[in-house]
Amino acid sequence: MSRDFHSVHSEPSGFLRRYVFSTDHKVIAKQYLALSMFWGLFGGATAYLIRWQLARPEAEVPGWGYVSPDVYNALVTMHGTIMVFFVAMPFLLAVFGNFLIPLMIGARDMAFPRLNMLSVWVFFLASVTLLASIFVPGGPASAGWTGYPPLSAKPEYTGVDWGLNLWILALALEFASFLLGGINFLTTVMNLRAPGMTFFRLPMLVWMQLIAAVVFMISVGPLIAGAVMLLLDRIAGTTFYLPEGGGEPLLWQHLFWFFGHPEVYVILLPAFGIILDVMSVFSRKPVFGYRPIIYASLVAGFLSFVVWAHHQYISGLDPRLAMPFSVTTILISVPFSFVVFSMIATLWGGSIQFTTPMLFAVGSLGVFIFGGLTGIFNGSAPFDIYIHDTYFVVAHFHSTLISAVFFGGLAGLYFWFPKMFGRMMNETLGKIHFWLTFACFILVFGPMHLLGLGGMMRRIANPLQYDFLKPLEPLNLFITIAATVLILSQVIFVVNFVVSLVRGKAAASNPWKANTLEWATASPPPHENFEKIPSVYRGPYEYSVPGASDDWLPQDRPLADAGAAAR
Amino acid sequence: MSSWLPRNVSTFGGDVDGIFWLIFYMTAAWFVLTEGLIVYFAFRFRRRVGRRAAYVTGSGWKQLSWVLVPVAVVIVLDVFLDLRGAEVWARIKGQPPPPALVVRGTGKQFNWEFTFPGRDGSFDTPDDLHVENNLHVPAGKVIHVVLTSKDVIHSFFLPHLRLKQDVVPGRQITVWFEATQPGEYEIPCAELCGFGHSGMKGMLYVHTQQDFDKWLAERLAETDALAARKQR
Ligand code: HEM
Ligand SMILES: [Cu+2]
Ligand SMILES: [Cu+2]
Repeated sequence: MSRDFHSVHSEPSGFLRRYVFSTDHKVIAKQYLALSMFWGLFGGATAYLIRWQLARPEAEVPGWGYVSPDVYNALVTMHGTIMVFFVAMPFLLAVFGNFLIPLMIGARDMAFPRLNMLSVWVFFLASVTLLASIFVPGGPASAGWTGYPPLSAKPEYTGVDWGLNLWILALALEFASFLLGGINFLTTVMNLRAPGMTFFRLPMLVWMQLIAAVVFMISVGPLIAGAVMLLLDRIAGTTFYLPEGGGEPLLWQHLFWFFGHPEVYVILLPAFGIILDVMSVFSRKPVFGYRPIIYASLVAGFLSFVVWAHHQYISGLDPRLAMPFSVTTILISVPFSFVVFSMIATLWGGSIQFTTPMLFAVGSLGVFIFGGLTGIFNGSAPFDIYIHDTYFVVAHFHSTLISAVFFGGLAGLYFWFPKMFGRMMNETLGKIHFWLTFACFILVFGPMHLLGLGGMMRRIANPLQYDFLKPLEPLNLFITIAATVLILSQVIFVVNFVVSLVRGKAAASNPWKANTLEWATASPPPHENFEKIPSVYRGPYEYSVPGASDDWLPQDRPLADAGAAAR
Repeated sequence: MSSWLPRNVSTFGGDVDGIFWLIFYMTAAWFVLTEGLIVYFAFRFRRRVGRRAAYVTGSGWKQLSWVLVPVAVVIVLDVFLDLRGAEVWARIKGQPPPPALVVRGTGKQFNWEFTFPGRDGSFDTPDDLHVENNLHVPAGKVIHVVLTSKDVIHSFFLPHLRLKQDVVPGRQITVWFEATQPGEYEIPCAELCGFGHSGMKGMLYVHTQQDFDKWLAERLAETDALAARKQR
């Protein structure tokens, strides 16, 4: 099974083999990057439409026109689906996992390069299917991204037929793609580590990708089964979820959230890996509590499987179940607060350099703390009675997800861009991008909590139909304007990305003076990554070691630099 | 500040709001502390020529205690919060107090249907009173609402009473409340239930007992008259 990684295979020639049907993990990562950026723009456009509809429910959305209630439902459904499954997962897992895992462990490629190529093509197929679902007669899926039956189970209830069938199919394909990817991540880290690369010398990013892959693989099975039953209810006349045939609508919610909650950690953990790696480099300090953070993340991954019913406090579940789930939910704050405090401690006593990646990493930490704290409100069953399915929840999960996807993911992209493309990004544009994004984020999602506390339900096309929501109208407009600026600010990033790609300053192999193995090879790395497989002598975070001449000690530098502690 | 939440008019709403404020002060303190530390460290430890970062790995109990002590505080606060939460939850979702009035509430795309038991006090008899979308109750009395749905999942939301319950087809779920102030309050649907979800709006009319009796008598007389006309 394991490849002979000492022999260097020659690079395939021809455009198709090199850039399209490539088995090279680096090319595959870039393919995922292109797809997730496409979907990111698409998802941003849906957010724009949703927000303007809420700000001016009775007017036309500028640049689009009238949004009818069923179009609105389709918009929120697509926004949620796209952002979670077609932006967050491919961006955080597939891009960074594929690009970095082999480089960071000192391997020539993934364990199964062909399987890897298959995973990106299955994801491409999922993307095409989702796009197609928007244009079939009857319109796109509009039962929410959580697809609760019976609404989603019978075409009569929404008027949507093939749109929803294709939506289920697209998700199934997406899951298949990430299962293939997960298997690859696991086997690669198990088998292809360079000599000396023990498990406790792996960079945080590799650990977090690993835990995320395992959590995903354990959680996704029940949902796939559930999705098959939903599809059968829709097209084959079964009644798994339809009470008139003896079915149980709540079964779906259990299957969905048994997957859906861990999924949040599947997205968060890779972002934590990025943040920790970036913070360590730019404060020139070891990650504080390397091993305990790994244990805490394992505990969090495990706990994520016993909290799913906190999405169901008021779903009609036996109320006696709420308390155990409330306890486990609030307990998850323990490993996470450990990780957060460790991140803060990593800054302590550092020599902190605020490059663009560092700004995004620290900003991500700041936002995540906010989202984590508002999660306590949701986790508490009695208060969830009031805020469940309101904008408080929407504001909360955007704080956690955006801290991961927007801030964490962008920190990683700015950080590894030189390695990926061999060029530097423009720092000034990067900093402007950060500060605009950060400020607008606060202006959008801070006040959004107040909408929820005011009682505004999510997924309503027209809040003005309710007298008790009318006082929130100015707030809704304010949030929408801030959101529009937030979305427009991303243009700066896209411009910076594209221009740097073709005209950026050439990057050195290790522009940030970082320790991990991906920086030990050229930027961008050659086919098969390393001229010679490096040997690993120490952990990934040996910065500012007392007595050492430089403030960094790469993992592959052989000499035991004057008195340096080799972990 | 309390105007963030709509005015509360139920007996247990105060407890729910109490949990909100409890968590609010707890998390606000953590927020200021942690974000404050980040900002302080960012300035205090920014890169300066000639100063090297401290080599702190956080292995070993002595260093780890910097992090473990705050984590311990988090655990204590968690337990405290869970205990307080359990009390309030038990009060609202545990055994409901005996009702002065039982009403049936049925959700459907895109309306609420309320059924009152009529003079004989029992359901499924000819004098049942059916009212579209409007729930009339007396103030100061325990009301039970037996909820079910004809089609998809809806959610019975009374923001001013801090009450919310998903309404699931194929199940009956009883909720209760006691309104403290007469008035008119909106009843939105909080679960996406189709294209009319946004406007699935019912009304709760909380009357004084007298007004309620009067309303009920009038409506019953109306249905009597209607039934009599049909028989003729
Ligand atoms: C420009 C930034 C964004 C804005 C302004 C925005 C806005 C919104 C709004 C207003 C809703 C609520 C729709 C409703 O319930 O009626 C929503 C829902 C949602 N958003 Fe975002 N969003 C943004 C980015 C993201 C990102 C980056 C993610 C995830 C990675 C995300 C994930 C979701 C999800 C899962 C939902 C739930 C959809 C549903 O209610 O079914 N959003 N967003
Ligand atoms: Cu409804
Ligand atoms: Cu509804």
